[in-house]
Parts: sequence; C-alpha cells; structure tokens
Amino acid sequence: MAQATVDNSAHVQAPAALSAEHQQHPIKLYLVVWGLLFVLSVCSYFVDYFQFQGYLRWSLIIVFMLLKAGLIVAVFMHMAWERLALIYAILLPPIAVLVFVALMAPEAHYTMLTRLAFFGAAPGN
Amino acid sequence: MVESVQTPVPQAHSQAHSQAHRQPGGMRGFVSDWASDQQAFKNVSWGKAMMWIFLLSDTFIFGCFLIAYMTARMSTTVPWPNPSEVFGLTIAGHEIPLLLIAIMTFVLITSSGTMAMAVNFGYRRERRRTALLMILTAILGAAFVGMQAFEWTKLIHEGVRPWENPWGAAQFGSSFFMITGFHGTHVTIGVIFLFIVARKVWRGDFDTGRRGFFTSRKGRYEIVEIMGLYWHFVDLVWVFIFAFFYLW
Repeated sequence: MAQATVDNSAHVQAPAALSAEHQQHPIKLYLVVWGLLFVLSVCSYFVDYFQFQGYLRWSLIIVFMLLKAGLIVAVFMHMAWERLALIYAILLPPIAVLVFVALMAPEAHYTMLTRLAFFGAAPGN
Repeated sequence: MVESVQTPVPQAHSQAHSQAHRQPGGMRGFVSDWASDQQAFKNVSWGKAMMWIFLLSDTFIFGCFLIAYMTARMSTTVPWPNPSEVFGLTIAGHEIPLLLIAIMTFVLITSSGTMAMAVNFGYRRERRRTALLMILTAILGAAFVGMQAFEWTKLIHEGVRPWENPWGAAQFGSSFFMITGFHGTHVTIGVIFLFIVARKVWRGDFDTGRRGFFTSRKGRYEIVEIMGLYWHFVDLVWVFIFAFFYLW
C-alpha cells in the first residue's frame, strides 16, 4: 500500500490511529463472548452425551453451531462494526455453498437409490 | 454520489479514511460505497480486505469438503460409523464419548479468546502484552495440533484408512483425513505466523518502523488484527467440522 512506503509520518499514523479508535472495545466484551462460546460448546457436547436423536439432535446441533459462528464472526472478527459494503461482500457469497448443498442432496439420494437398485443393500459399495 | 478525488495516491488513501466518517450509513452507504471511485471498502485497509477475501475463498474450499462428505454419507448403502463411539476415550474403565474432541474444541475457543485480546492490546500499543497473548495463542494452537496428531495415530492403529475401516462405510476414512487434515494444516500455518508476528511485536517493529525481512516494508499494528482474522476463521471452520462431522 502507498502509505507503507511514504516516509511522511503523518500519513503513516493517520489511518492506524483511526482504526485504533474504530476497534477499541473493553476486554470484558471478549471475556463475555469467550464464556458464551464455552457454554454453547458444552451444550453441543451434551447433545451427544445425552444421545438426543432425530430432528431434535439435528436442530440443536445447527442452532448451537450458528450461534457460535455468529459470535465469532460478529465480535471476534469485528464484523459487527464494519460497513455494510464489506459485510455483504463477505457474507452473501457463501449462499452459493447452500445452493450447492441443495443440488448435491438429491444427487446423493439418487446415487444411493441406483446403488440399491443395482447392487442391493450388500456391503462393499 | 461520486466524490472527485484528484489528489495523488498517498493523500487519496488518508482522504478516503476521513471520508468514511462523512459517508452515509446503512443501505444508502452500501450503494454509494460500491458505486464510488477508488475504494469500495472505505475504512478497511487493503491488507484487511484481502484477508477477508482470502477467507471467503477458504470458506468455499471447506464448504466443498463438507459437501463432499455430506454426499458420501448420504449416498452410501453401508451404515456410517458412529462418531460418538469412534472418537470416544476410555478413562478409568468409563467410555466417555467425544472427550478428546471436546477438549480440542475448548482449547481452540480459548486460543480465539486470547487472540481477540491480543488484537485489543495491539491497538492500545501495549506491545509486551500483545506479544505474550499471541504466543499463548500459538501454544494453544500447537496443543490442538498435538491432540489431533494423537487422534490420527489412535485411528490409524485401529485400522482406519482412506479406503477402509473396521466399523462401516469406507468413505468415513477419506472424509475424516481430508477434512481434519486440511483444518490441521491451517492451524499449523497459523501457529507459525503467530510466532513470526509475535516476534515482530515483541521487538517493537511496528513502533520503530523496522522493515520486514520478506517484503522490506514497514508493518503496522493492524497486522495483529489481520492475523487475528485468520486465526478466528480457523476456529470458525472447526465449529462447522465439530457440528457436521463429529456430532451429526
């Protein structure tokens, strides 16, 4: 970047000082989020420990996962304090991954059905 | 909407920074940022923007791995091995499910917390504290990789291979080694870079303007935050791997 090569200290200092004031949060915030992440991890561990099954298990796993991911991205990665231009540039493209999931799920079902039709349920597929 | 900035590049940058404060927020700000000259990301430096874009590309890589795993698991006619039992540890005669994975999760979350605090102290220019917290982060990361090596060794001794395993669907091994292997590689690279940046912070490179050995450019404390973005991302990926591979 230009400012790194310019020797004028005013130019070097200005953006850094600005981001510093931009990203100043009390340490307590990070400790609270850290604690929440611990609690959520314990919760998701208990999903396995108590052997919840079926839709209850899957929905609990997804809920705890999304809460943890949201806390990490919003607070630890400071996304909550960024401008919308950056937030949308980073958070919208992963929707394509969800589309890919929606494409591959029926594809996987189809593969399984053909395996059952041609090889039966025997192991070794 | 478009500002006419005719000044040469060095001034244009700091001007863009001061402009960010006069920019409208919300949806209007989003439209005017993307429609403006020179810089779409107004108060984000190129280093930070490029790290975010790299992380976005990494999201697609891990996304594709997890989709490949989903497809393999959904399409197999052989039962999938129960991760709760496969990754359980027997301690004092008690079978505890997923114990090692739970410990690894807590270690990685803790390392994310120390990294977040390192970034905070970096912006306060407290360089000793910043460096120590980064070294603590790196040690926790190395501990994570160590536990993963232990897990791999255990599974390989039990007969897990990318093409077979004693418990069920053959694709279990290939999915496991590829996903956790790539994640472990990311953690290892992060640990190495954490030590490099921590050394620079400890020596005061960002206060004295000492030039880097590789780029011969002066660094800034923002590098700590960029390093933090990468590290938190590694933690983020683990959240998804933990949910989909180990718990599902």
